[in-house]
Amino acid sequence: MKSLKRIYLLIIILFLYAPIFILMIASFNNSKYIGGWSGFTLDWYVQLFKDREIMSSLYVTLSMALIAAIVATILGTLAAIGINTFSKGPKALMLNISYIPVVNADIVTGVSLMLLFIFTRIPRGYFTMLLAHITFCIPYVIFAVLPRLQMTSSQYYEAALDLGAKPSYAIRKVILPDIMPGIINGALLAFTLSLDDFVVSFFTTSNVNNLSTTIYAMARRGINPKINALSTLMFIAVVLLLLLINNRTTKQEKALRKEISKS
Amino acid sequence: MTRKYFAYPYLAWMVLFIVVPLLLVVYYAFTAEAAGTISFSLQNIAGFFSTTTLNVFAKSIWLAVLCTVICLLLAYPVAYILASSKINSRTLMVWFVLPMWMNFLLRTYAWLIILDSNGIINQVINLFGLPSAQLLYTNEAVLLGMIYNFLPFMILPIYTALTKIPRNLYEAAEDLGANSTTKFFKITVPLSMPGIISGFTMVFIPSITTFSISRLLGGAQTMLFGDLIENQFMFMQDWHAGSAISFVMMILMLISLYIMTRYEKAGESSGGLW
Repeated sequence: MKSLKRIYLLIIILFLYAPIFILMIASFNNSKYIGGWSGFTLDWYVQLFKDREIMSSLYVTLSMALIAAIVATILGTLAAIGINTFSKGPKALMLNISYIPVVNADIVTGVSLMLLFIFTRIPRGYFTMLLAHITFCIPYVIFAVLPRLQMTSSQYYEAALDLGAKPSYAIRKVILPDIMPGIINGALLAFTLSLDDFVVSFFTTSNVNNLSTTIYAMARRGINPKINALSTLMFIAVVLLLLLINNRTTKQEKALRKEISKS
Repeated sequence: MTRKYFAYPYLAWMVLFIVVPLLLVVYYAFTAEAAGTISFSLQNIAGFFSTTTLNVFAKSIWLAVLCTVICLLLAYPVAYILASSKINSRTLMVWFVLPMWMNFLLRTYAWLIILDSNGIINQVINLFGLPSAQLLYTNEAVLLGMIYNFLPFMILPIYTALTKIPRNLYEAAEDLGANSTTKFFKITVPLSMPGIISGFTMVFIPSITTFSISRLLGGAQTMLFGDLIENQFMFMQDWHAGSAISFVMMILMLISLYIMTRYEKAGESSGGLW
């Protein structure tokens, strides 16, 4: 029974990873066609870095994820602080509307924003894509920050005001430190969501491409060894990033355990 | 100054970029343009109920149901084995959700290489002297691509739900003489229901609305709901017809979400009676 379980897990793992590893192997294959191995090469990697289209779309993806995450985190955190003080009805209304981009199909979000830009005759490009990214990122920040706010009591904030602090000072010194973990979570979530988005980007741009829309355009034309190389690099980046995060948390846990055992 | 005002910038943003765009979908869906003037019309909504669109719709639903059911059947044992294993399953779990972090277009593209007429599978087939099979640009290829992409989204919520089940429930059931089948169907399945439901929404809705998977692996052969919308907006540039299809899709999704939250709530209240 135990080995049966192991075999089942192994089969699923194989199913999940085999395509990725085949891509990785193909990225070092000399032949443009997958048919057979015809020698090791790094040529596709050289061509990948020489490809202006891919490099500029990489820049678009990274810069947009950064800007979208920063703007969404600021607007979302402020919104959460404000919404938290709303009375029941308006609060529920705000949260329900904020919930729409989270649960709605990406394609409907994308299409509705595309209609907005068509209707207002704003030419679609980097700026409209950025607006769209900020829009679907803000709700995730709000829903990351709000639970933290609900955990902290508003009495400290009021006490700070009574003691003569200006609201902006009280927010910075009393509320922000309390909700910081939520803000960081929200910001990271916004960054990765923007980084990974394809559908909304696809509908809200026309000439400026990010990595996802470039990959889509290239993949539609069929197999392209440069994409194989790109996939390999992105997969390695993801694994390294996760190992780093995992390692950091286990280290923290270890340190924590040491502290506990000392006392 | 009260803290209320902090929400106002977002309030304006929300109205402009969430509410207005959705109203525009409704506006375009119920209007038509003739000779430069826009007037109220039901022709686009009626267009949804044409045989071609309904056929596409039926095919999308069928593929999405198949994908969701297969994902559930594949994912449940994985989640169950991991949740019940004595070793640190959380680290093991990382390996099942790691592919989620890779760009899903690249994950879909990987199957191009495998299923292509010169791809790995056909290479192996040719090795045995058999002629190449048409694997790519079929419904099965699209289904495979969907399952591959969405499987981790089914594993994760079920796993989370299973790990939350208190161990002592099982001990109590054993004390009362329950065998492992009874324990599974009376404790594990009902208490993992929230995970199954959220896995269901995380797989079913994306697979009904996808257009990139069907376009890359199904080519022009497999036209799905998402492709129809994409086609109307990007190729035909018919905002009215595209909006009508999006509008119907929105309504359907609202209905399914409503049913699922009702079901979830019903499950929670009956959960107290066990």
